[in-house]
Amino acid sequence: MLSRYVKFGLTAIAAVALGSAATGPASAQDTIRIGVSQPLTGAFAASGNYVAQGARIAETEINAAGGVLGKKIELIIEDNKSNPTEAVATAEKLIVKDKVPVMMGAWSSTLTLAVMPKLEEYKVPMVVETSSSGKITTSGNPYIFRISPTSEMEAKAFQPLVAKLGIKKADFLNTNNDFGIGSATEFAKMLEASGVTVGVREVMDPKATEFSAQLAKIKSSGGDTLFVTTAVEQNTLILKQAKEQGLTTRIITTGGSNSPDQLATQAGDAANGSLHTTFFPPWFPEVTKNPDAAKRYMDAWKAKGHEVGGLTEGYRGYDGIFVIAEAIKLAGKAEAAAIVDGLWKVKVKGVYGDIAFAKQGPAGKESGQNTPTVYLVKIEGGKVVKGPQ
Amino acid sequence: MEQLLQHGLNALILGGTYALLGIGLTLIFGIMRVVNFTHGELYAFGAYMMYGLTMPLGLNFFVGLLLAVLLGLGLGALIELVLLRKLRGADIDTTMLVMIGAWIAMQNAEQLGWSGVAKSIDTPFSTTPIKIGSVLLPWNRLFVFVVAMALIAATYALINRTKLGKAMRATFQDRDTARLMGVNVDRIYMATFALGSGLAAAAGALLGPVLLVTPGMGDLASLKAFAIVILGGLGNIPGATIGGFILAFMEELGAGYISSGYRDAMGFLLIILILLVKPTGLFATRERIG
Repeated sequence: MLSRYVKFGLTAIAAVALGSAATGPASAQDTIRIGVSQPLTGAFAASGNYVAQGARIAETEINAAGGVLGKKIELIIEDNKSNPTEAVATAEKLIVKDKVPVMMGAWSSTLTLAVMPKLEEYKVPMVVETSSSGKITTSGNPYIFRISPTSEMEAKAFQPLVAKLGIKKADFLNTNNDFGIGSATEFAKMLEASGVTVGVREVMDPKATEFSAQLAKIKSSGGDTLFVTTAVEQNTLILKQAKEQGLTTRIITTGGSNSPDQLATQAGDAANGSLHTTFFPPWFPEVTKNPDAAKRYMDAWKAKGHEVGGLTEGYRGYDGIFVIAEAIKLAGKAEAAAIVDGLWKVKVKGVYGDIAFAKQGPAGKESGQNTPTVYLVKIEGGKVVKGPQ
Repeated sequence: MEQLLQHGLNALILGGTYALLGIGLTLIFGIMRVVNFTHGELYAFGAYMMYGLTMPLGLNFFVGLLLAVLLGLGLGALIELVLLRKLRGADIDTTMLVMIGAWIAMQNAEQLGWSGVAKSIDTPFSTTPIKIGSVLLPWNRLFVFVVAMALIAATYALINRTKLGKAMRATFQDRDTARLMGVNVDRIYMATFALGSGLAAAAGALLGPVLLVTPGMGDLASLKAFAIVILGGLGNIPGATIGGFILAFMEELGAGYISSGYRDAMGFLLIILILLVKPTGLFATRERIG
């Protein structure tokens, strides 16, 4: 507890020091500022903090290697409080007050969609590190560069597994927002195209903690597989409550924010047999495209003493900052328009795989979209193991 | 039919916890007339104490439960002493603002102290549910229901059958007359707020092991508690109990047979309808705060 106060005190001193530095005339030339908007408090606080921690690791590594264009980079991380209105306010503050030429954010699809009009207004690009809703890259916003996969990509990557897993009838339970609805829609489309019957499609409020009504309905639907899309807390509760209600259906969680380690610990034996999609498997980093990048990230994460369960979120922030640094390098200057051009040319060997942006959305106003690999893992006997690939 | 029975049983179990949330708040909001925004945070406090006592400290589950409730009582008494005592003559808006501040401060303190990562609490109960015919009843939920019902009955008896309860009712009906009759008004205020807070902490300590413990868990609990209290009529313990069950049945059946996307809307829709017909709530004995 004492160290917490000491830390708080140091942060306060640092904040005061930064504040006075910011008013000094030389500061604008000293560092290249990068804005980050993440949910550090509120419903998605756990994940948002992991992403911010990953981003900080990248900042340290980049600066230790000499920074970008001969200057150090400086992350300005703002808390969007898991709230779309606050997310807009963070973007406004970062762009107008801190004058950042590029941003990373904003974790959930709903938060990212809320920020997007501000990017167009100020012509500042944003690297999207987590959000999966298709709308983000198809709505014609040329300042969006997404390194995470869309729900459609995830569903397509999953298609070969449908026959392998013997799925005949599938039910859905998803959180009632852009992320959950987007994922369920894409997976249902893919499953129907593969000849699978889609049973019931149930939704839940993102804050809900009781799913008895939905689970009773799913149980009487009689599907062999239940696709669940939400954040880790609700995934945990659903696994526990499914067991309480005697639901024997195989459960597959999608979306990649399901932290299988945390599920295995917190849902206990209710998690056994469940399958989870993930875009980075820290349990077997050797299978990824760039095991070196994965190892570097994991070593730094462990050296910092961050929670091991956060490894499946932190890499998003880590990769996002490396992508931004590379884009600034290619741009040759820290200005928004040049960074947009730089982002189109980026080729980064990241934890997400080989990161590069392809055009997506209406002609003339395309957004950038990366194509990461999708992995399926399984929880067995309280351990995370490779799922069918 | 099997699905209907399961929905009914789920609603009954859920209603017990809603009722427990409701009676704590009906004492404070209904009888003391403090718009208590910290109710949900006391609920979260109970859950975090339950976690701290049983997981890192390794205390027995039932001992942890008892201590968590006592700590909730203590925190409630402290809030009354530090914040509310000075505000007793103040108007309702001032008190409300202070309670909103306390709510935000408490929620952020929870995240600072315990981090945003959800905590889970182990229970001594079997995870294999009891089978009654074709419906299933989990052991941990049965335990929560039984304890909640016992606490509700005990609170009802305390308010209506004991001298302390009589003093509480007298104090909030007419403070000055109660004082003239020899009632220690300060102590009654503190006892009432502590009791309401203790009941919220009990709900948190009971549900923490069933659900997960997160810094934001109090918000939903607060919202439901206010809805239940208004539905049942302010200050009415049987009203809050019945209100809790009505809300649970509306949510469960609404989600089961109409649409799960409107699960929470169902309950509030019913509340709007009831308040249109009976603006004081179902069982109110006095007019609403306004």
